[in-house]
Amino acid sequence: MMSSDTTLKVLTGGYLFLFFAYLFLPLIFMAIVAFNTSSIPQVSPWEGFTLKWFGELFSDAQMWDGLLNSIIVGAAVVVISVPIGLGGATLLVRLHFKARDFLYALLVSPILTPGIILGISTFLFWDRWVNVTGGLWTAIMGQSTFISAYCMLLIMARAQRFDLTQEEAAFDLGANHRQVFWKITLPFLKPAIISSCALAFMQSFENYNTTLFAIGFKQTLPIYIGTKLRVFISPAMNALAVILIVLTITGALVYELVRRRETAQAHAADERQL
Amino acid sequence: MRSFWQNAVRIFGPIGLTYISITVGAWLLFMILIPQLIMIDFSMRPLLPLRKIGGPEDIWTLRNYMVLFTNELHRAIFLKTIWSSIIVTSVALAICYPISFYLAKVTRGARLGWLMIGLIIPYWINELLRLFAWQLILADAGILNKLLMLLGFIAEPLNFRAGNSAVIVGMAYAYILFMVFPLYNAMESLDRNQLDAARDLGSSWLRIHWRIVVPHAKPGIAVGCIMTFMLAAGSIAAPQLLGSPSSFWFTEVIYTNFETANWNQGAAYATVLALLCLVFIFVMLRVFRVSLKELAQ
Amino acid sequence: MSHDVDIDHVSMRYPGSQRFAVTDVHVRIKPGEFFSFLGPSGCGKTTLLRLVAGFIEPTQGEIRIDGKDMRGIGPNKRPTAMIFQNLALFPLMTVAENIAFGLEVRGVSAAKRRKRAEALLELVDLPGMAAKKVSDLSGGQRQRVAIARALAVEPAVLLLDEPLSALDLKLRQHMRSELRKIQRRTGVTFIYITHDQGEALNMSDRVGVMSEKGQLEQVAAPDVLYNEPATIFVADFVGENNAFRVSVREQVGDWAVLETPFGMLKGRNPQGLTSGRRATAFVRPEAISVVENSAAADNFVPCTVENLSFEGAFITVVLKAAGDQSFVMRQNNDGSAPRLKAGAKVQIGFRADNTLLLTNGEQSGA
Repeated sequence: MMSSDTTLKVLTGGYLFLFFAYLFLPLIFMAIVAFNTSSIPQVSPWEGFTLKWFGELFSDAQMWDGLLNSIIVGAAVVVISVPIGLGGATLLVRLHFKARDFLYALLVSPILTPGIILGISTFLFWDRWVNVTGGLWTAIMGQSTFISAYCMLLIMARAQRFDLTQEEAAFDLGANHRQVFWKITLPFLKPAIISSCALAFMQSFENYNTTLFAIGFKQTLPIYIGTKLRVFISPAMNALAVILIVLTITGALVYELVRRRETAQAHAADERQL
Repeated sequence: MRSFWQNAVRIFGPIGLTYISITVGAWLLFMILIPQLIMIDFSMRPLLPLRKIGGPEDIWTLRNYMVLFTNELHRAIFLKTIWSSIIVTSVALAICYPISFYLAKVTRGARLGWLMIGLIIPYWINELLRLFAWQLILADAGILNKLLMLLGFIAEPLNFRAGNSAVIVGMAYAYILFMVFPLYNAMESLDRNQLDAARDLGSSWLRIHWRIVVPHAKPGIAVGCIMTFMLAAGSIAAPQLLGSPSSFWFTEVIYTNFETANWNQGAAYATVLALLCLVFIFVMLRVFRVSLKELAQ
Repeated sequence: MSHDVDIDHVSMRYPGSQRFAVTDVHVRIKPGEFFSFLGPSGCGKTTLLRLVAGFIEPTQGEIRIDGKDMRGIGPNKRPTAMIFQNLALFPLMTVAENIAFGLEVRGVSAAKRRKRAEALLELVDLPGMAAKKVSDLSGGQRQRVAIARALAVEPAVLLLDEPLSALDLKLRQHMRSELRKIQRRTGVTFIYITHDQGEALNMSDRVGVMSEKGQLEQVAAPDVLYNEPATIFVADFVGENNAFRVSVREQVGDWAVLETPFGMLKGRNPQGLTSGRRATAFVRPEAISVVENSAAADNFVPCTVENLSFEGAFITVVLKAAGDQSFVMRQNNDGSAPRLKAGAKVQIGFRADNTLLLTNGEQSGA
């Protein structure tokens, strides 16, 4: 009995180790390469520590152009997707009608569609049909098609937990629809709306597939990275990877710490109640 | 119908209903439905010089779709894409099932929090960079070849990127988390007491998984497989970065069509890809005997 | 300020549903009255309350408050305020913000709102709690905040949807008298719905009993309801009752002689049933006692003791009479009643004016 439990533990531990090694080792290699002097991106032979690849990256005007475009597109996607997601979530959670399931399937279908198809159809619609030349606008439209669905799902998850009698109570106390929304519903949905803003921006910021087909001759940061990696591989890309990894880890840690503090506060409140 | 709108106004108020109609309506019409229909329209028209567009030759035809059957290279690439995507999906499922179960039902508390962060961090790093990492590993002078040569397994560097293996490995790595989270969510809702009860009744771990965990997690498994398959079949970054001319992917065929401004052929192939994903969704629903509704949760 | 509420032949059927949730309810609730609707769950009482509040509109009939027809007037425009079963306090606001919400949406200045909230907290015995968060309150305190929030908009009618059901027994009993006190102090018309008859009988000026069919069976003061139930449903639902099938042998003024498998009995006949009619007779457990001989009571039934259950202040005895008829008898545990044993043969007796004869309208004569 004892031995089979021990075996299970060893197996589990070994598996966990391998899994996370598989997840992180490639990223660590990639990061180390950024500091190797060798102009071919590689870990060995190690030709000495350098920061020059960061310098090369920062002096690349195209990188800055891509970054700026990424930020513009990301901000626009947030401005478009979050309100759409809010509208869709409110409709699907609150109104019960026959075609509701069908509409739901239609609205989440962009998530289940390959990104390149969204990019192609968006480009054909705007560039070939409406005559808006492919560029940042078409990229924004293409990305918002599926990012709106993610926002909707996030907001829906919270809206489903909303106690409707709160709205009724507010009505009963004399509030109109506008007041109920701003004073009761929106404050409740606020956390989901904030996280859907973050999600929308990050999804947009790292989108490649949809953007590649939708954006025409302009480029966002991922398009810039893709071109570089296909055409001319330089350790400057490793330097960019290091920056993005550091930013991501910082973001994840901050998020986790905030979340923990909030759950701790919620726990404390629960205990006071008991 | 009248009572539908009356009810809607009562629930949302006139301003709220206007807001919802405009946002959802614009999304549904101008972002989801019409672009798709336009793409299908393009796919059914022949490639014509500008002056002939709208002329007598500009009629609906399935000619663009027929190319997939007549062009042997394209057909082979299409079939290979399907097959390879199924392999990617299976590999991802095999790797992710244990970790998902471990996170959902074995560990808890702070440890769970840290492991989740460990999962999320790679998830938020750009897909291209995740693939780039494997490009470095699998290159001729890459770390894997160096390691194998150091250990004496091989004398000459292997060309990993010649076949499809590099693309498949890269995809399994890049899309793994789209498998973990649906599985985790589905398993998380399983009552731990069910596991204890089964164990108490003398069931082996293998049987517990087969009879209790897998049936419970079916919707999550279906979602994970659908997402992974869709990402793999629709991936363009992985074959671009890790592939070689011998491992051309269907998405690259589409991309070439667009680079050469053959919108119509590209649209037809894109439609085929969309249909493929749709078929895969329905196959998954049949295999796992789940309804679309269960999937949504 | 208080208004009357005139519920005028109101029926309600939800869209898509076949059956009526509320059927032809007709009652006028007087200004300043504490009125309860009592009924089993699913009897439509919550629907009735939501009709008065204005969340839904009746399929048929009219609701008038202070003589004004309420059709087409939303809940935010009616002079009513509701206390919800789950209270529906706003968790993201402080106690004071909750209470002042109704004033805030009416554009009352912050200073006035604060004063009013403090005065109301005083009224519900929660002084100094204004800045607390709702999640920091106990169940009873939340109850009081919900009441204060509803009273803040100075409603003429307060609607209460089983607000005490979530509380434990002790607190529930305490809140009953609190509610009654607040009602007297404010003079607002209270419409209270509950399935708990103790609550309804204890607090109300009048009670309306509703049946599962969504019909109003009887409206009366609590003691009248208990002593003079007008229908079989009310006799069954309010308090405990022994029911047995009888046929009328002879009608004598307001009385009747009844034929039963265990002999002739005499009972009250408020419906004036004539001889030959079949009916149900009711006698309360506390009206039954063990007697020595037939001369000691109007009605006399020989029985066998089936079982006894000891409940502290009293003892419940189940007896069996001829024709397999069960009787439940309640004896006070003060030594005055004879001690019984299961299987013993005894005679029970009860007075004719404690024996009530009822039928369900026409159909039971057949």
